[in-house]
Amino acid sequence: MTKSELIEKLSDEHDLLNKKDAESIINLVFGGIGEALADGDRVEIRGFGSFSVRERKAREARNPKSGELVKIPSRKTPFFKTGKELRERVDG
Amino acid sequence: MTKADLIESVYLTTGFSKKESAAIIEMVFDLMKGTLQDGEKIKIAGFGNFVVKEKSSRRGRNPQTGDEIEISARKILTFKPSQVLKASINGEDA
Repeated sequence: MTKSELIEKLSDEHDLLNKKDAESIINLVFGGIGEALADGDRVEIRGFGSFSVRERKAREARNPKSGELVKIPSRKTPFFKTGKELRERVDG
Repeated sequence: MTKADLIESVYLTTGFSKKESAAIIEMVFDLMKGTLQDGEKIKIAGFGNFVVKEKSSRRGRNPQTGDEIEISARKILTFKPSQVLKASINGEDA
């Protein structure tokens, strides 16, 4: 399912939402979660899961082509932990 | 941030009541949960992909007792963030 299919499904299932409204709501949901994470916030959606930001330590690695040693700076990465209800439904 | 904050922003931007806004947010996540329960992946451009993966059974150990146990085959959900999301979290332009 893509984002546009999710938008379509939302407007199909909801009596009062046209496609344009559904689109702004879906953008609001994922835009909102993204912004919260960019601010370093944790996002918890009960029954679905939680999003947080994890820090990857700086490390040294080799360029596989040249064999050169390169320093990779520390980086933040988004992390999703599946909620209990969804975890059980997916494995059901 | 929680669902309540998402409900609030739907309420503030759409003109729906708080109750209706809450129902809409519930519906968004219910639709996603149903899709994933069916084993179908969800791809949100600019955000990331939610993918159900099958894990085969394997031997593991109870870390407390050291006993060897069989970990059964199972389906798990993974999230792969998009480049755009990763960049924005690191304060970069995508």
